[in-house]
Amino acid sequence: MSKFLEVKNLSVSFPTEDGLVKASNDVSYSVDRGETLAIVGESGSGKSVSNLAIMGLHNAAIAQISGSAWLNLPDGPVDVISAPAEQVRRLRGKVMSMIFQDPMSSLHPYYSVGNQIAEAWSLYNDGSKRDGMARAAEMLDLVGIPSAKDRVKDFPHQFSGGMRQRVMIAMALVNNPSLLIADEPTTALDVTVQSQILKLIQEIQKEFNMAVILITHDLGVVAEVADRVCVMYGGKIVENAGIDEIFYKSQHPYTIGLLDSIPRVDKLGSHRLKAIPGQPPSLIGLPTGCAFAPRCEFVSEVAGSQCTTQDPELAEKTSDHFARCFLQPEQISTLTGRKASAK
Amino acid sequence: MSSDNILELHGLKKHFKVNGAFGRGKTVVKAVDGIDLVVGRGETVGLVGESGCGKTTVGRTVMKIYEPTEGKIIFDGVDITDLKRRDMKAYRSKMQMIFQDPFSSLNPRHTVGTIIEAAYIIHKTEPVGGRSKAIQELLERVGLNPEHVNRFPHEFSGGQRQRIGIARALALTPKLIVADEPVSALDVSIQAQVVNLLDDLQKELGLSYLFVAHDLSVVQHISDRVVVMYLGKIMEIATTTELFANPRHPYTKALLSAVPIPDPIIERQRERIILTGDLPSPANPPAGCVFSTRCWKVQDRCVSEAPIPVQISPNHTLACHFPEPAGQA
Amino acid sequence: MLKYISRRLLYTVILLLLVSLSIFYIFDLIPVDPARLICSKQCTTALVEANRHRLGLDVSVFEQWWRFIQGLFHGRNYGEGGIKDIYCGAPSFGYSFNRHACVSTVMAAAFPITLSLTIGAFVLWLSVGISLGILAARKKGKFADRASTAFVLIGTSLPTFITGIMVVLFIVLKFHLVNPLELGNWQNPFTNPLGWLRTFFFPCATLAIAYAATYTRFTRSNILEISSEDYIRTARAKGLSEKVILRKHTLRAALAPIVTIAGLDFAGLLGGAIITEGIFSLSGLGRLSIKAVTQTYDLPIIVATTLVGSTFVVVMNLIVDVAYAYIDPRVRTA
Ligand SMILES: Nc1ncnc2c1ncn2[C@@H]1O[C@H](COP(=O)(O)OP(=O)(O)OP(=O)(O)O)[C@@H](O)[C@H]1O
Ligand SMILES: Nc1ncnc2c1ncn2[C@@H]1O[C@H](COP(=O)(O)OP(=O)(O)O)[C@@H](O)[C@H]1O
Ligand code: SF4
Ligand code: SF4
Ligand SMILES: [Mg+2]
Ligand SMILES: [Mg+2]
Repeated sequence: MSKFLEVKNLSVSFPTEDGLVKASNDVSYSVDRGETLAIVGESGSGKSVSNLAIMGLHNAAIAQISGSAWLNLPDGPVDVISAPAEQVRRLRGKVMSMIFQDPMSSLHPYYSVGNQIAEAWSLYNDGSKRDGMARAAEMLDLVGIPSAKDRVKDFPHQFSGGMRQRVMIAMALVNNPSLLIADEPTTALDVTVQSQILKLIQEIQKEFNMAVILITHDLGVVAEVADRVCVMYGGKIVENAGIDEIFYKSQHPYTIGLLDSIPRVDKLGSHRLKAIPGQPPSLIGLPTGCAFAPRCEFVSEVAGSQCTTQDPELAEKTSDHFARCFLQPEQISTLTGRKASAK
Repeated sequence: MSSDNILELHGLKKHFKVNGAFGRGKTVVKAVDGIDLVVGRGETVGLVGESGCGKTTVGRTVMKIYEPTEGKIIFDGVDITDLKRRDMKAYRSKMQMIFQDPFSSLNPRHTVGTIIEAAYIIHKTEPVGGRSKAIQELLERVGLNPEHVNRFPHEFSGGQRQRIGIARALALTPKLIVADEPVSALDVSIQAQVVNLLDDLQKELGLSYLFVAHDLSVVQHISDRVVVMYLGKIMEIATTTELFANPRHPYTKALLSAVPIPDPIIERQRERIILTGDLPSPANPPAGCVFSTRCWKVQDRCVSEAPIPVQISPNHTLACHFPEPAGQA
Repeated sequence: MLKYISRRLLYTVILLLLVSLSIFYIFDLIPVDPARLICSKQCTTALVEANRHRLGLDVSVFEQWWRFIQGLFHGRNYGEGGIKDIYCGAPSFGYSFNRHACVSTVMAAAFPITLSLTIGAFVLWLSVGISLGILAARKKGKFADRASTAFVLIGTSLPTFITGIMVVLFIVLKFHLVNPLELGNWQNPFTNPLGWLRTFFFPCATLAIAYAATYTRFTRSNILEISSEDYIRTARAKGLSEKVILRKHTLRAALAPIVTIAGLDFAGLLGGAIITEGIFSLSGLGRLSIKAVTQTYDLPIIVATTLVGSTFVVVMNLIVDVAYAYIDPRVRTA
C-alpha cells in the first residue's frame, strides 16, 4: 500500500569551492493524506533541502539531485524528481504547496496580499481578476484574518508576522493542494502566535485531508502536532518512527541526547541540563563512520570501534521504527535507563 | 537604598519619537513605560514577553546605550540615570552585555585575542599577570581552546562565537551581565552548553544576570525570578517556582500554555489558552490595561482603569484587576 | 496620496523660491560688476551708475529678486531710465542687454535642443541599459553576460568628451554617416523626425553611453540580488512560470531603485549636455550658459540658466519621490 508521497533515497548535493556539500544524503520518508510528518533536526542538518527538491525549487544548474519522490496522484504516480520541469511546475501550488520560515520576506512587498493570493488561484482556475480577489478574501477569512474583505487590498507590510504567515497559508491552500510542506512556519513567531498557526494548520489539514510535512527544530512543536517523525543529523535521517516511539522509546543516542538537553516549562527545579558536547558536523567530506560518533557518549559501547570505521545502516529496530545506530534496543534501554514501554 | 541589590529600576521609561509615514507628524513609541525592577546580587532575573514588548529596550537602557526618558537606574547603590557618557565608563566595566547574534556582534576582521583585549584597552586596565595570560584564562573558562586566540570569528561555530562574546563580557570582571537572548540564535543541542556555561560562571564568579529571552523554557531553567512584560509594562513578577507553578496573571497563563512541551502524551491532554490577535502597536497602546484587547477575562473596569502592580505576597507582584485564583497551575 | 503630492508640491515651490533668492545673492557676491562691464572705454562713475540703474542693479538684491519673481508672472519692463522701455511678456526671465533680447526668447530657442538631447539620451540609455542588464542577468556567466560586462567596462571608463570626439571623427567625418554641415542644426522632431534623428542620434548616443553602461551593471546586479529573495522563491512555489516571475515579480522590485537613480541622473544630465553640445556644436542651454559666463558675463542669462537647471533637479526629485511612492506601497501606506 503506497502513501501519497513516497520519497526514496533522495540525495541533494551542492558543489562548492570547499568541496561537495552533501546536504541531504539518501533520505527516504513517506507521508499520507491526513497525516503529519515532522522532520526535525538542527540548523544545517538538511531538513529544507530534500523538501525543496520535492517542490522542484532547486537551481537545476547547481544542485545535484538523485533518488525519487513519488506523488500518488489519482491519474497515476509521478516522480517529481525525474519528471520534466514544466510538469513539476504545474503541480506546484496545485497538488503540493510550501510555506517558509520567514513570513516577512516571503511575500512580495509591492503587491497586495489579495493580489498575490489571486495570482496563485488564477494560475489553475478560469475567472476574472474580481473572482480572484473574491476567492482571496474567502481564503483570508478561512485562515482567520479579521474583516478579511477589507484587508485583501492591503500590502504585506501592513500585517504582523503571524498575520503574514496566515496570508502565506492562505496562498498555499488556495488551490486545495493534497500536500503542504511547512518549513519552520513558526520559528520566526512568538509562542502565542505559534500556537495559533499550528492550530490553524491542524484544522485546515483535517478539513482538506492534506498530507503535511512540518519542518522544525523544536521538539515541543513536534510533540504538539506530528504523527510520525524523522530526525535528521548530518544530512541523513538517523531515526524514523511514530511520535510516541520517538519520544518514549527512541533508538538513537542523538534523539535521546536532544530530548535530555532541552529545558521544559513543566519540569521545575534547576537540575543541570544534559548538554550534547561538541557541535554538528560539517557536511563537506564527512568522515567514515557514524556522523554522530564524535559527540556520542556510547561510542565505546559498540564493539570493535565500529562507530568510527563503519557507517551504520538505517535499520528497522522494532516494528516500524528505524534508526541508524549499531546499538540494539536492549542495549539502549540499559544504557539510558529508559523503560522499554511508554510511560 | 538597600545594597543587597546590584540593580534597581524605578519607574523606568524609554519612549522613542518616530516619524509617521510621509513625515506625517511624530508619534511616540512607548517601548518601556514605567517599570520597577530589582536584581539582587548573585541573582538571575529572567525578562520574558512577546517580541516587541520592550525587553531589549530595558536591557539597553540599563546599559545606558539608550538614555532613559524617565525614572531611575540604580547600579550597585549608585544612581547612574543622569551620568554622562564619560562618567559611565567606570560603571560600564562592571556591567556587560551579551547579544543574541553571535555573528554580527564580533568584528570579523579582529582575532579573538584582539576582540577580548579591546576591553582592557578601552578601560585602560591591566589584569593581574598580564593581558595575554588573562585572555588565555578567559578562553579556557568559557570552554574554548586557548590556542585559538589568533583565530578569526568566522572560524568558529555559532555556539563558540557566543562563548567568545561571553569571554569578552567577562574580561573586566563585571558584577552584572545583561544577556539579550543569548541562546536564541543557537542550535538546540548547543543551547544547553551555553546555558550550563552561564550557570557555572555565575556560581564561580558570583555574577548577577538580567536574562532577556522569549523562550520560557530556558528562562525557567536559568532564572531565580521571572518578570513578565507586555507592551512596555510589567504584568507579573514572581520567583520562578511560584510563577510557573502558580501563574496569576491571565497573560502569563496564556504565555505558559502556549509553550509546547516536548512530550506527546502531555501535549494531547493539554488545554491551551489560545490568544487571539497580535501585540498592539506600542505607539498606540490600548487604554486601561494594555492586555485588555487580547484578555479573555476583560471587563469594563479593565478598559477604564489601568491595573497597577501590587505585591500580593513577598515573592509575587501582579498587575491585574481580575487575577486567576491562586493554587492552580 | 493626493495630500502627499500637494504637500510635496508646496515644498517644491518654497524650495524653488529659496533657491532663486540664493542665486541672486550668490551672483551679487561675485566681484564682477556688470554695470562696469558694459560701460564704454571712457567710463565715468556717473555712466556706471546710469548703467547700473538701467540694468536694474541699483536696488537691493532682495528687490531685484522680487522684481524677477513678479516678472515671471506678469512680464516686465526693462531698461529703467534708459532711452526706451523694453518689455518682455510673462514668463519673463530677464533681458539680456548683450543680445538685446528677452532671456525667455533666447532660452526658448536653446531649450528644445537641450531637451531633445537629454530626453533622447535618457530614453536611449534606459532602454539599452535595462535590456542589456536583463539579458546579462538571465544569461549569467554565458557569452551575453560576458559581452555586456565588456560593454560596461568600456562604457564606464570612457569620458564623454572622448566618446564624443571619436564619434565625430569616425562616424561623422570618416564614414560620412551624417553630413558635418547638418550637425548642430535644430530639427523639430515632430515635423521632421528623420532630420531630427540625423542631427541628434549621435549626440544622444554619446551622452548616453556611459550611463547605459552603468545601468547595465546596476540592472544586472539588482536582478540577481532580487532573484535570491524569499518572495521570488514563493512565486516559484506557487507554480508561476519563469517568464511571469521575471516580468511580474523580479523586475518590479529590481527596477524600483532605478527610478530614483534615473530621475536624479536625468536632472544631472545638464552637466554632460554642456560637453556634448560643445562637441556637436549644438546651441543648447549648456552652450548658452557657458558662453554667458566665460565670454560676455551676461548676468540675466546666467541667472536664468542656473535657475532652470536647479528647477530641473528639484522637479525631478519631486517626480522621483511620487513615482517611488506609486511603485513601493511601503512608502505610500506605512
Ligand atoms: N544552495 C546551496 N548551496 C550550497 N549549500 C547549500 C545550499 N542550500 C543548502 N546548502 C547547505 O545544505 C545544508 C542543509 O541545508 P538546509 O537548508 O536543508 O538546512 P536546515 O536543516 O533546514 O537548516 P536551517 O534550520 O538553518 O534552515 C547546509 O549545510 C547548507 O549550508
Ligand atoms: N531605536 C528605536 N527607535 C524606535 N522604536 C524602537 C527602537 N528600538 C525599539 N523600538 C520599539 O520598541 C518596542 C520594543 O522593542 P524591543 O525592546 O526591541 O523588543 P523585544 O522585546 O523584541 O526585544 C518595539 O515596538 C520596537 O519597534
Ligand atoms: S552508531 Fe555508534 S556513534 Fe553512532 S549513534 Fe550509534 S552508538 Fe553512537
Ligand atoms: S486587568 Fe483585566 S484585561 Fe488586564 S489582564 Fe487583568 S483581567 Fe485581563
Ligand atoms: Mg531550513
Ligand atoms: Mg529583542
